[in-house]
Amino acid sequence: MDTLNQPLLLALALAPLVGSIIAGLFGSRIGRQWSHRVTILGVAVAFALSVIVFKLVIFEGQSYNAQVYQWLQAGSLSLEVGFMVDSLTAMMMVVVTFVSLMVHIYTIAYMEEDDGYSRFFSYISLFTFSMLMLVMANNFMQLFFGWEAVGLVSYLLIGFWYKKPTAIYANLKAFLVNRVGDFGFLLGIAGVLMYAGSLDYIEVFGQANTMAGQTMTIFEGYEWSVMTVVCILLFIGAMGKSAQVPLHVWLPDSMEGPTPISALIHAATMVTAGIFMVARMSPLYELSETALSFVLVIGAITALFMGFLGLIQNDIKRVIAYSTLSQLGYMTVALGASAYAAGIFHLMTHAFFKALLFLGAGSVIMALHHEQDIRKMGGLKKYMPITYWTGLIGSLALIGFPGFAGFFSKDSIIEAVHASTIAGSDFAYYAVLSGVFITALYSFRLFFIVFHGKERFDSHGGHAPHESPITVTLPLILLAIPSVFAGLLIGDMVFGDFFGDAIFVAAEHDVLAQLGTHYHGVIGFITHGLQTPPFWLAMAGVSTAYYLYMVNTELPAKIQKAFNWVYRILENKYGFDSFNEKVFAGGSRLIGRILWKGGDQAIIDGAMVNGSAKTIGMISKVVRHIQSGYLYHYAFAMILGVWLLLTYFVA
Amino acid sequence: MFVDYPLLSLVIWLPILGGFAILFNGDNAMTRPLSLIVSLLTLVLSIGLYIDFDMSTHEMQFVEHMPWVPVFDINYYLGIDGFSMPLIILTAFSTVIVVIAGWEVIQDRVAQYMAAFLVMEGLMIAVFAALDAILFYVFFEAMLIPLFLVIGIWGGPNKVYATIKFFLYTFFGSVFLLLSLLYLRHVTGSFDILEYHQVSLSMTEQTWLLLAILIAFAVKVPMWPVHTWLPDAHVEAPTGGSVILAAITLKIGGYGLLRFALPIAPDASMALDWLVISLSLIAIVYIGFVALVQSDLKKLIAYSSIAHMGFVTMGIFIVFGIFANSATGSGAVLAVEGAMVQMISHGFIAAAMFLCVGVLYDRMHTREIAHYGGVINTMPVFAGFSVFFAMANAGLPGTSGFVGEFMVILAAFQANFWYAFLAATTLILGAAYSLWMIKRVVFGEVSNDNVATLKDINRREFWMLASLAIIVLVIGIWPAPLIEVMHSSVEHLLTQVSQSKL
Repeated sequence: MDTLNQPLLLALALAPLVGSIIAGLFGSRIGRQWSHRVTILGVAVAFALSVIVFKLVIFEGQSYNAQVYQWLQAGSLSLEVGFMVDSLTAMMMVVVTFVSLMVHIYTIAYMEEDDGYSRFFSYISLFTFSMLMLVMANNFMQLFFGWEAVGLVSYLLIGFWYKKPTAIYANLKAFLVNRVGDFGFLLGIAGVLMYAGSLDYIEVFGQANTMAGQTMTIFEGYEWSVMTVVCILLFIGAMGKSAQVPLHVWLPDSMEGPTPISALIHAATMVTAGIFMVARMSPLYELSETALSFVLVIGAITALFMGFLGLIQNDIKRVIAYSTLSQLGYMTVALGASAYAAGIFHLMTHAFFKALLFLGAGSVIMALHHEQDIRKMGGLKKYMPITYWTGLIGSLALIGFPGFAGFFSKDSIIEAVHASTIAGSDFAYYAVLSGVFITALYSFRLFFIVFHGKERFDSHGGHAPHESPITVTLPLILLAIPSVFAGLLIGDMVFGDFFGDAIFVAAEHDVLAQLGTHYHGVIGFITHGLQTPPFWLAMAGVSTAYYLYMVNTELPAKIQKAFNWVYRILENKYGFDSFNEKVFAGGSRLIGRILWKGGDQAIIDGAMVNGSAKTIGMISKVVRHIQSGYLYHYAFAMILGVWLLLTYFVA
Repeated sequence: MFVDYPLLSLVIWLPILGGFAILFNGDNAMTRPLSLIVSLLTLVLSIGLYIDFDMSTHEMQFVEHMPWVPVFDINYYLGIDGFSMPLIILTAFSTVIVVIAGWEVIQDRVAQYMAAFLVMEGLMIAVFAALDAILFYVFFEAMLIPLFLVIGIWGGPNKVYATIKFFLYTFFGSVFLLLSLLYLRHVTGSFDILEYHQVSLSMTEQTWLLLAILIAFAVKVPMWPVHTWLPDAHVEAPTGGSVILAAITLKIGGYGLLRFALPIAPDASMALDWLVISLSLIAIVYIGFVALVQSDLKKLIAYSSIAHMGFVTMGIFIVFGIFANSATGSGAVLAVEGAMVQMISHGFIAAAMFLCVGVLYDRMHTREIAHYGGVINTMPVFAGFSVFFAMANAGLPGTSGFVGEFMVILAAFQANFWYAFLAATTLILGAAYSLWMIKRVVFGEVSNDNVATLKDINRREFWMLASLAIIVLVIGIWPAPLIEVMHSSVEHLLTQVSQSKL
């Protein structure tokens, strides 16, 4: 295995699929043990091969781009299934398969008592396959396949506990909101095909300059740049998948699914598909500043305003979910500032520490017998040391504490936005800067409430909570390692040429290259970081959290009372949900009923079909009335007629 | 390809004669196995059409030509191309499924039931194979007789209303078809459909012919606003009737537009493409909303069928817009082939959806969504199939439901941004009505005692649904083999429509 070739990549992608099929179709026959063995084996193979691929790509400079089979041909257009592997893909493959493997192992204990054990393993392996197809695609058709396939698995997993009304509400909502994004995405793909004549990445990128020179008319009288329209349409897809405002509404609800998938799908991998996609399409986005500004502003809004919502949540998973939304906003901001490498870098570090935080939360939830309300936790430090320390590492990484992974990635994003001159970058800079304080505040609010302070949990008949088994703690430890050290790759990934040709940045947008001139190693970056506002804002956030939730624990309630209207806005999540529920869901049903009862039943059936016979009868009825036989009726009709004719001719 | 035995005639007459034999044999233990054998044999023979099919030519293949009514120069003239061949195999396959679907469910007049479907199968295949206008018309009308009987005899409580409505609608359309065929005979002196493709016609002639043909086939498709017979017919029809109605009968509408409208009246089609496209978009959007609020499972799927067929009619008629906007014709190929794939795919998916409803109806004797809830708890295997087919219906990539819609939407963008925009709303609407139905029927706690006593599908039902699921997956993962048989015919059609007949 010293060259990248098709058998290697096929084996890599298909191994999880095979595991999924075996566990899915024969799960009841082979039993629980074999269900998890076969799926874990599949994912482990995929991970091992991904590491080999990573080595071949990064250290030996190989790359791969070829067709596996022709999906269809129509005229001169050929749509294919194929793989493209470069440094961007290779990194994503390692992250996806590594986190997936951790989650698979973790699931053995977490889902131990669940009836749907085999089904769950089948789904998460199917997810791994879908995600690999997405990142390894060399064309838009396959990208869309992976894109929707991960959406399908997300749907199945959010609704995994199909008896729970909230779960089957949340999964329908997630799928539909994602479909709104996919609606834009598909139109974007159609635009790419029309103006580039192909769906193959390399061919499309080759046509990028011709595309950028063209305009199209959507509304009569307005000429729009093709590239801007296409990029924004594609980005709408990313807004769905990567939960950017206003298509973010599905992600908090997705927490109805079991915790392992919150870690894998709704934090580490699937939700980053949009980020990956935009980075992959950087040769297109670089040619439209309008689209970049759009991306930047949407990301900034998400980063800041979703962070606020994390402050008031009491469900342990939802706090982390809003934190995910906010962090996805950071990544999107990086894309908008043309700092793709920083965005992808944050994607990677975030995948590790956020998966860690979710799995840690799951460990706590298990220990407390599926209690998710943080008001019923507290003081867990002494009972769950491994969960505690790994949770601390995850939290420090999340708030960007110097030295931890998140510090490097988040700081490079903030610096990049600061250096960016694109429209909206000032707003974005202050948004991500304030976001640092918010992040630190909600993260450590959660941390202190859960692990420190009074024990507020129900001890279930004297049984104290205890640390989770090794299959849970091992993934925590293994994820904690990169949560600390992955940041050290900053020199290569952000300021080096790690991504090489995989990411294209126009010279005039290249903020990372500017920053790179001041980069003098990791130590220098840390010491510089200590003198910048983000560090002090993070410290302020932690201190505030400490004061509010450890020292003066009465204060939060007072603040809430004093600023009740703010609290209400946050509690209603800015009203997105009720607006969607009323206007879109309710409106659609109303339109449907009007068209059905009014259009189909009253007009088409009532008036035209069943009515045709009646109409003839009615006409004769009317005509019969006219021929009344009374002279004054006729006279009146004549006068009316003359008057009408006169008005017509005179006027 | 020019085989020396009349394979087409065999595929047509085997089920018809077999059907009559079963009918006269009466109800007995052999009725069901015999019906299955006849339908399977027909399927095998129809696959022979695929195996011996020459993809390199657009010429008609497996041609049979002999005088039928020499006085009027009416011929028994058969032949198939890349448009008709896949539809014939779809017909043969669907009939096998219908026979299996009725195996235990139909206890009343089994021989008549099976005979009706077998005879209908032969007639429908004949419709796709006929190249003589009168022969086409005869089969086109005759095919309705067994369908009326199926709905009229084995149908639901409101079957009389549904049958009459269905009859009036289709009869209304047929009259126009007959008129236009007779007019074309007057112009060409022949009933040869392929000659109609060649003949020069003035714009006025083309316009009237197109409108007549459009009315005839729009009713079958069905296009908005002549669609309201379909939900009623589906609701009253037994499961097998619904399957054939959705899988094949509607396809005759799409096939008719491909065979008659575009090649006979290309200039009028170009002039009036906005009309068909608008009606198609109304079908996709308007009907999508209507499907959302249905409380009857069969009505919901019937409305979803109308919306999906909107992609067929749109795919056929956007070719003019694409030609106007782009130099290469590959977008137009994509559009027409997308329309064809959509027809085939919808044949499988709609059939499967109706079979799923049939499975539930056989157990609960209700089609009201509100009477269900939590079916997954008692019927987990069935629930798996339902979710799968609902996803296919919502156009999930990897299933056949995606392929046609994807192709048509990609092509529509090249004609006009707004066509693609409105058509793509199906991504949201299709998912909304399909999955909301699944949420209310399949998921949740067991909602009542009837659901609590449900038994999961038996082996017969399992394989019936599994075979459809496999086909839906295979076409979704690798549509190339299906599409390549159409290439020559589609390219030929596009040359025909790009040459003015004026």
